[in-house]
Amino acid sequence: MAMVDEPLYPIAVLIDELKNDDIQLRLNSIRRLSTIARALGEERTRKELIPFLSENSDDDDEVLLAMAEELGVFIPFVGGIEYAHVLLPPLESLCTVEETCVREKALDSLCKIGSQMRETDLVDSFVPLVKRLAAGEWFAARVSACGIFHVAYQGCTDVLKTELRSTYSLLCQDDMPMVRRAAASNLGKFATTVESTYLIAEIMTMFDDLTKDDQDSVRLLAVEGCAALGKLLEPQDCVARILPVIVNFSQDKSWRVRYMVANQLYELCEAVGPDCTKTDLVPAYVRLLRDNEAEVRIAAAGKVTKFCRLLNPELAIQHILPCVKELSSDSSQHVRSALASVIMGMAPILGKDSTIEHLLPIFLSLLKDEFPDVRLNIISKLDQVNQVIGIDLLSQSLLPAIVELAEDRHWRVRLAIIEYVPLLASQLGIGFFDDKLGALCMQWLQDKVYSIREAAANNLKRLAEEFGPEWAMQHLVPQVLDMVNNPHYLHRMMVLRAISLMAPVMGSEITCSKFLPVVVEASKDRVPNIKFNVAKLLQSLIPIVDQSVVDKTIRQCLVDLSEDPDVDVRYFANQALNSIDGTTAAQS
Amino acid sequence: MNGGDVTSSSAATSGPPPSLDWRFSQVFGERTAGEEVQEVDIISAIEFDKSGDHLATGDRGGRVVLFERTDTRDHGGSRRDLEQTDYAVRHPEFRYKTEFQSHEPEFDYLKSLEIEEKINKIRWCQPANGALFLLSTNDKTIKYWKVQEKKIKKISEMNIDPSKAESSSSPPQLVANGLPADKAHGYLSNDFSFPPGGIPSLRLPVVVTSQETNLVARCRRVYAHAHDYHINSISNSSDGETFISADDLRVNLWNLEISNQSFNIVDVKPTNMEDLTEVITSAEFHPIHCNMLAYSSSKGSIRLIDMRQSALCDSHTKLFEEPEAPGSRSFFTEIIASISDIKFSKDGRYILSRDYMTLKLWDINMDSGPVASYQVHEHLRPRLCDLYENDSIFDKFECCLSGDGLRVATGSYSNLFRVFGASQGSTEAATLEASKNPMRRQIQTPARPSRSIGSMTRVVRRGSESPGTEANGNAYDFTTKLLHMAWHPTENSIACAAANSLYMYYA
Repeated sequence: MAMVDEPLYPIAVLIDELKNDDIQLRLNSIRRLSTIARALGEERTRKELIPFLSENSDDDDEVLLAMAEELGVFIPFVGGIEYAHVLLPPLESLCTVEETCVREKALDSLCKIGSQMRETDLVDSFVPLVKRLAAGEWFAARVSACGIFHVAYQGCTDVLKTELRSTYSLLCQDDMPMVRRAAASNLGKFATTVESTYLIAEIMTMFDDLTKDDQDSVRLLAVEGCAALGKLLEPQDCVARILPVIVNFSQDKSWRVRYMVANQLYELCEAVGPDCTKTDLVPAYVRLLRDNEAEVRIAAAGKVTKFCRLLNPELAIQHILPCVKELSSDSSQHVRSALASVIMGMAPILGKDSTIEHLLPIFLSLLKDEFPDVRLNIISKLDQVNQVIGIDLLSQSLLPAIVELAEDRHWRVRLAIIEYVPLLASQLGIGFFDDKLGALCMQWLQDKVYSIREAAANNLKRLAEEFGPEWAMQHLVPQVLDMVNNPHYLHRMMVLRAISLMAPVMGSEITCSKFLPVVVEASKDRVPNIKFNVAKLLQSLIPIVDQSVVDKTIRQCLVDLSEDPDVDVRYFANQALNSIDGTTAAQS
Repeated sequence: MNGGDVTSSSAATSGPPPSLDWRFSQVFGERTAGEEVQEVDIISAIEFDKSGDHLATGDRGGRVVLFERTDTRDHGGSRRDLEQTDYAVRHPEFRYKTEFQSHEPEFDYLKSLEIEEKINKIRWCQPANGALFLLSTNDKTIKYWKVQEKKIKKISEMNIDPSKAESSSSPPQLVANGLPADKAHGYLSNDFSFPPGGIPSLRLPVVVTSQETNLVARCRRVYAHAHDYHINSISNSSDGETFISADDLRVNLWNLEISNQSFNIVDVKPTNMEDLTEVITSAEFHPIHCNMLAYSSSKGSIRLIDMRQSALCDSHTKLFEEPEAPGSRSFFTEIIASISDIKFSKDGRYILSRDYMTLKLWDINMDSGPVASYQVHEHLRPRLCDLYENDSIFDKFECCLSGDGLRVATGSYSNLFRVFGASQGSTEAATLEASKNPMRRQIQTPARPSRSIGSMTRVVRRGSESPGTEANGNAYDFTTKLLHMAWHPTENSIACAAANSLYMYYA
């Protein structure tokens, strides 16, 4: 056994721990692989460390994942670009493990390295690697192969290119559906590197085969390729080759395929251009909006605004709007919810008059939806409509919807609406808020659920920021301070919480004149929890108020608390006192 | 011989294949006379893998035992040559490979419920990189296992002698990753400069790989908390990435790689549990089409669903039910109609189902009735009352089809199992005992030619002629029942479980 000099001891241990029994130590060592490489020097890294790592592919997944990641940035440690090829063997073996996330990370790293390699090295070492993986005995290797063809293909000789294309075509017809799926999902990426002459002749043939695959799971990944391929083809080829496939897919027997089309249609429209969109894709989209399967309608409804943006308003009103009307009373709440989350965005597209005529009734009906998510989604996007038609037309329906959500029996719904109150306030204006929403904001402070009370306190702060301290002084502070006499100690505690949040916004003067007396009074509460929260609050007020106030009022109050019979109260009081002394010391 | 499909074989005009002569091949865990069977050792699941080179059993003690085929695995010479020259005498032989504890008994504190460790089902997954993968499930939790041979590795050389590092004379005490406890983290930080050629005295640990290997089973994923009721089936999809799990009221769809979410695809739970009349008893994916699956119910129906139609497949594509014969209704009708197991044939054209009294073979293109039904327990009909009293009537017998689809088999009481010819015109019907002498109880009277009923010309009823009294005059032993069995995917070889023993037969 070699004995190591003391300064090298830590690095020696780091190296030894590459093989420790404890996975955490191995993981740490692998994460610091660059340190180890630098300690060994470039040559020994190439000759010893990398082969050592290649032998290591039976380690735990976590270790392999970290190794795959580290190797992606390892080129500088093996001596630069000309030695990049030595990194391929360990990554190749990582590309064959059965754990998907390890393989994907290894592929990422291979792509990174491959894109930096010199062309000759690419041909000499990267392309053979791709071919080995593609001919792998186990499916995992062949799945991995699909993901790096695009790197290998660039900079290849013509002979090799032909070979790579035919290898890829074999992968598209592999026995294992997993391999065909990988081939389908990487086809678009590969196609971007292939010359346009072969695009039509070969890539499109592979694509056609994949779109006719028996396995649902393969066909639905082929849909994703449509958009990518469409963008590569000349418009007329795209119309001739891709469009029929899309139209077919939009009527596929499998709802999952139609679902994918609904999700992708927007991009597909871009690929085929506006004319075909009008004649072919609008009818396809309308079919999807009226699909039997709710999942498909959800996907389609969620894209309605994006799709309308591609059309002119007349077309949208003529074809899409009737469907939107139907969807607004769809039997599935999730469809309505998906629609509600985007429909407000249609207002700017249709313009003021059409919005009032066509969309407003839909907004209003969705605002009365029985499902809270639908109403919330409408409220969350209020600003988009406000810009077009103003809020007045909605405000009458808005208020009942807000009140109902504010009192919903599910606390998460109440929480969600509280989050939107500042937005509502800014859109609706001070006047509306004073009349209608102010009371609600106070009511939430006394909610049964802590998260709601906490959010309500935070909401007060945001309102104070929105409308300014003066307004808050009139409309929020008195109501909050009233609560300090509430018989329930949790509610009294909420007053302290609200004060601590609002004080920085309200400024020193109001804090001293309004908040501080209340806080000092609260320090005589009979409940210890209130008292130590007073101590904590006072500590947070120190930076806000003048030093004189600290010395006069706060310190005295804390001194009293520090003699409290309760240990926790004493603890927090002393902590606050220490922080006063700390700031004083720092200032002096 | 390899998995010829049923359509071609049953359409063959050359008449039914000859009856098979079953012979004993092997037994694992044979009970010696007088030995008491431990409850935990009782086998509760049997499954061959796709290639037929491996066999897995699960038991009530939560263990999974793997066997591997020995007879065709000559790595040296050409396997094909050996098979051809030696074919007549070769039949699948297996040896013990490894075992592991798949499930442990658990307690659900929220529901105050004990969860047994008993393995309900095992399914093999796609092998990868020389490792075997399988799914095993108990009542609640499905686990994904990887079984792999690992070469034993030893680390021989290190930078720091572990013995010295332990001793007090060595450098200051270390914490993890070589950071001395008393020194700051920055010691090995990036500004620590190494000489350009590296430090020659440092070396990498030397790993010596020995020729010794050991099999390691590792649980890769646990799919839990998705079933309120007991899981009765799991089944892999042909897409290689998903599987289903079925309990009494629901079928869930999983991705093998995602253990924290599943999709409910069938839900038969009524809003009011008092309206419950039917539960799911078994479910299986179609062997070729990843969008199709079938599930059976306690009312004796099989539903074929197409996952392409909708996300929640509450409405079936096809319903296979045999109309009840008028006037025959009794208290037991519904109980004995309950299907305990269904299996697709290898080509996916047929579904075999087992209910308490019969085996039925359905053509998935014909939902008017089974193409054949085989009487297994007809002789027990007069004794249904006794069977109800001792709960035997609720026993769940499994069924299986041969790889070529020409024969079907299922278990019975007294450790008997029955094999029937499934091809058109076949009269084959054998009763065998799970013992070293399977033909001991062979009933002498051959099954009569098929008797067609109604207009369905292909419907055959066979086996009902077997005498109710057993060959040797003993009454049926209801405590020894042969519930679990599996047919080798490519050969005429059957594995069946009699209590804790695994018997294998070939023909």
